[in-house]
Amino acid sequence: MPAPAISVRDLRKSFDEVEAVRGVDFEVEVGEVFGFLGPNGAGKTTTINMLCTLAKPTAGSASVAGFDVVGERDEVRRHIGLVFQDPTLDGYLSAEQNLRLHAELYGVQSDLVAPRMRQVLEMVGLWERRNGQVMTFSGGMRRRLEIARGLMHSPRVLFLDEPTIGLDPQTRRSIWSYIGLLKESEDITIFMTTHYMDEAEICDRIAIMDQGAIVALDSPEALKAGIAADRVQITTEDDQAAIAALADRFGIDAQVAEGQVTFSVPGGEEFVPRLFGELGVPIRSVSVSRPTLDDVFMSYTGSTIRDAEESADRQRSRMMMQVMTRGRR
Amino acid sequence: MSTAVADVVRVRVPARSLRSELRAIRIVWKRELIRFANDRLRIVTALVQPLLFLFVLGSGLQRLSSGGTHGIDLKTFLYPGILCITVMFTAMFSAASIVWDREFGFLREMMVAPVRRSSIVIGKCFGGATVASFQGLIMLCLAWAVHVPYSLTLVLGIFGLQLLLAFSITAFGVMVAARIKTMQSFMGLMQMVVTPMFFISGALFPLVGLPTWLAVLNRLDPMTYAVDPMRKLVFNHLDISKPALHALDPGVTWFGWHVPALVEVAVVLLFGLVLLSIAIWEFSATE
Repeated sequence: MPAPAISVRDLRKSFDEVEAVRGVDFEVEVGEVFGFLGPNGAGKTTTINMLCTLAKPTAGSASVAGFDVVGERDEVRRHIGLVFQDPTLDGYLSAEQNLRLHAELYGVQSDLVAPRMRQVLEMVGLWERRNGQVMTFSGGMRRRLEIARGLMHSPRVLFLDEPTIGLDPQTRRSIWSYIGLLKESEDITIFMTTHYMDEAEICDRIAIMDQGAIVALDSPEALKAGIAADRVQITTEDDQAAIAALADRFGIDAQVAEGQVTFSVPGGEEFVPRLFGELGVPIRSVSVSRPTLDDVFMSYTGSTIRDAEESADRQRSRMMMQVMTRGRR
Repeated sequence: MSTAVADVVRVRVPARSLRSELRAIRIVWKRELIRFANDRLRIVTALVQPLLFLFVLGSGLQRLSSGGTHGIDLKTFLYPGILCITVMFTAMFSAASIVWDREFGFLREMMVAPVRRSSIVIGKCFGGATVASFQGLIMLCLAWAVHVPYSLTLVLGIFGLQLLLAFSITAFGVMVAARIKTMQSFMGLMQMVVTPMFFISGALFPLVGLPTWLAVLNRLDPMTYAVDPMRKLVFNHLDISKPALHALDPGVTWFGWHVPALVEVAVVLLFGLVLLSIAIWEFSATE
């Protein structure tokens, strides 16, 4: 059993009185694509910053590629690649110049710079545009270039902080395909954060984070399987009568959502024939869907990811208000 | 694509060494040069101010000042000071790029690299110094227009002095940029400091018969020690009378002692090195 790529023990981070990360524990194995899923403000970026040596933990410990993030900061930095949420390219330089600069800063062996550069640029489909000034690149091209740059020095662990935020669906899909390609071709572990459910699906394992703590950690399939119920949506002649009948005959609590009567039931497909036989209200259509990560998130946190973000925003603005009023006194 | 999957180029990042630090310094320096070369507009705009001072002020005030210049063209007198301000303003802009880099996120790319922060800061200061000296070279080409004859010692001397001054000013700018987060406040602050430094340095007037307050400020201004040797260098190459030399190039005195040019150069160098150390310390302390 090789040593884990990332190992985290009771990691904590506080900013003034606010505890952003409240003691997280996990291990990421070599070669894994590991996702941190949670709403904005859940503490994902703070955790990633601690793992990348950009923030010092308040308590706890973490090691990346076998090196301690506090005691062996430089060692960690030499072995990781970083793609930040915000762009960090030099727009005045060409794509190639940006990569060359990175290679020099990381001390990449001179004779390997050119072949490696060609390889990473070809992977993200920017080899033809290598001489273009980055300023003229679209948002998606820049993100691809950042990923290529993060790979220039063959890192053991690649950190991607919200890799597809703000990108169009097509570019998002191509970035996911690079991640898949990387897994095959390079001996690399990928750690990413996201607040998109579909993005989390490409991970081998995901940790669901809410309010600074990990609330669930498993493969996407296992997490979804942990939710027994399927989601059933029906349209009927009389929705109110159908809801009443569902409560009456099956003991199911149904609601009208998106204009359809919606409820959760274990073994949804087997339930449909019974529904037709026993409901007593004419049914026009039925759809059964497997649980999604969205349902998983909801079952662990009691809110959808969107609601969680809104309440986090409210909390943040409340804290800001407190800080401001305190400052005035 | 499939071939790329088959044979991956494996790269190893070596442990930190003097060599890797030197590579980092060199690439940060080189980046300044690339950006300068790409930005032709900046090369032109940076020339506007010095040219105004030299040709508009120099020609416009010629008649007023003709009594005091012993027949020397005012432009010739102003020339050494103008060589200094060209470098000062360009160096200031170079340092400002740190603030841009922070705003556009690129600073982060440099800050997370496995090299010392000092290497980044030193590379930046060398880059600013080189770029500003190139800008100075353009001004050097105008020597003929202000009746200064060319010679190898003159060109080398001026270039060396410009390099030194540019280095010190860039170090100053980088030190300020460590704390200032927005471009507006950075430019505002730099204008507030650099413009008085330039005016007080004696770039536009000879250091004779100054009121006491101005004389004191002048001796405290580090730029004085760059402008004065520059003027000595230029005037040594002119064929002018002793009284004219005394009136226009009296030199800097400390309590009556004539400060030699080498000491003046040392003052500028020391100024730059102290600011560089502060800048390194500030950048190492962040994050």
